[in-house]
Amino acid sequence: MDWWLVLEWLIKSVVLVLILLTGFAYLTLFERRVLAFMQVRIGPNRAGWQGLLQPIADAVKLIFKEELTPGSVIQPIFALAPIITVVPAVVIAAIVPWGPDVEMFGRTIKLSVADINLGTLYIAAVASIAVYGIVLAGWSSNNKYAMMGGMRSSAQVISYELSLALCFVLVTVLAGSMHAAEIVEAQRDVWFIFIQPVGGIIFLVATLAEVNRAPFDMPEAEQELTAGYHSEYAGMKFALFFMAEYIKMIAISAIAAMLFFGGYREFPLLANTWFSVDVNWWLGPIYMFAKVLVLLFFMVWIRATLPRMRYDRLMSFGWKVMLPLALALVFVTAVGILADLLWIIPVLSLAIGFVFVMLINRSLTMKAKRR
Amino acid sequence: MSLELVLFFVLAAIAIATAVGMLISRSTVYAALHLVVNFVSVAIFYLLLDAPFIALSQVAVYAGAIMVLFLFVIMLLGLENIAGELEWKKLLWPLVMAGILLVEGVFLVLQRIGQNVYVGTTGTALSDPSLMARVLFTDYMLPFQVTAVLLLVAMIGAIVLSKPEKKSATPLKPDGAKEA
Repeated sequence: MDWWLVLEWLIKSVVLVLILLTGFAYLTLFERRVLAFMQVRIGPNRAGWQGLLQPIADAVKLIFKEELTPGSVIQPIFALAPIITVVPAVVIAAIVPWGPDVEMFGRTIKLSVADINLGTLYIAAVASIAVYGIVLAGWSSNNKYAMMGGMRSSAQVISYELSLALCFVLVTVLAGSMHAAEIVEAQRDVWFIFIQPVGGIIFLVATLAEVNRAPFDMPEAEQELTAGYHSEYAGMKFALFFMAEYIKMIAISAIAAMLFFGGYREFPLLANTWFSVDVNWWLGPIYMFAKVLVLLFFMVWIRATLPRMRYDRLMSFGWKVMLPLALALVFVTAVGILADLLWIIPVLSLAIGFVFVMLINRSLTMKAKRR
Repeated sequence: MSLELVLFFVLAAIAIATAVGMLISRSTVYAALHLVVNFVSVAIFYLLLDAPFIALSQVAVYAGAIMVLFLFVIMLLGLENIAGELEWKKLLWPLVMAGILLVEGVFLVLQRIGQNVYVGTTGTALSDPSLMARVLFTDYMLPFQVTAVLLLVAMIGAIVLSKPEKKSATPLKPDGAKEA
């Protein structure tokens, strides 16, 4: 066994976990500041310069908070559920490449923790087991609101997982590979969001549902379910759920950047210039960070803008709109690849997307008229 | 003893323990959770056999989709605790059938002890998705399509069975309950 390889993996894993954890802490601040900006408030700006020490203050508060465990909960599931929630959130980002291969200390180092040739399948597998923590938390709380939250979450994740998996199929077909680094390299000339814009939008919507973010945050809808699946949790256990949600946001943004926005690669117009990743490898992680930041801003923006969807509408949207649309896109993409006509894919998929939007619009106006 | 052998025995112990745990759990939720752990350990077995595609599919399909659905149904219908004693008379036929299967399985295992397992070229096909797809859509085209038809039939059957009768005056359930 090559011990240097083990050391390399160990260092990369620790770095990734550290990035995700610090990212989580500062994402909470980022979200609060951006929300405040959009709602014409100031937001937390007292602890440190521009509130930069706020996450540390929050962490200290949460650690010293009394951890109350209700007597009616079902142990040990109740104690395990937060951990089960955090683990998939942390490991899902393992395959995302943060930059091109680097020559360092006489070895070629890949800037991703796990370099496997089944990247998209790995994401699908980990994303599908991520719901267990929430479902179990809801069940073991022995509280009807928490249970409703857990059940909503499982139904929602099952429904939107299908469209998500079909988006992985889209990218796999376009790149001709499931390998994360190869998917990124396949976007050297043009990002997949330009070839398959509707697929990118479906992916973003499905991921919002998958990580239970607004407008799909039905599992923790506070007006209906107090706080949903984490109603009974306090102190650090609550913080773990909080952490899982924000880490999932970061991981999902990184995955979206990898699949549709060229990953660590520069904007296609900047190829062969000083700004190209091929010339300066260290620009890769910077581009990745910028893309993740933009996508996170997009998520917060959506939260600030859109009201929560009603539960039955959420389900029928997932099954009756997203799934058929994604299936049609897979068909169109396969046809485009087979006929070797790349330009036909965006044209046809935009047309199909337009037809779907018109149909939704029509059915909604019909419903309104009937009332 | 190599690392793989140690891993195999640890995983085998976990797989058997969780299988037994699933059978004897009083709470259906715990039974389902045992089954999830069992599926994941079987997935790691596939990884040890150089078949990462099947391993990840196992996690995504069985642990990720089917068991989540199981848990959902258990919680939706409130079936956490199985009430009542076992009725051995009703279980007679299933027990006989299971016994026959068990004897068959043990016989096959005993027959194969000491034989060399031929892995051959399928090893590479199982780790490379494009090779695997090629094999699936050429050599195994017919079984693949038969499976697809079978799944379609099952799906239609589920829709027909879950469709509410028109005469009954019961209000429609929300979409989530209907489709799950």
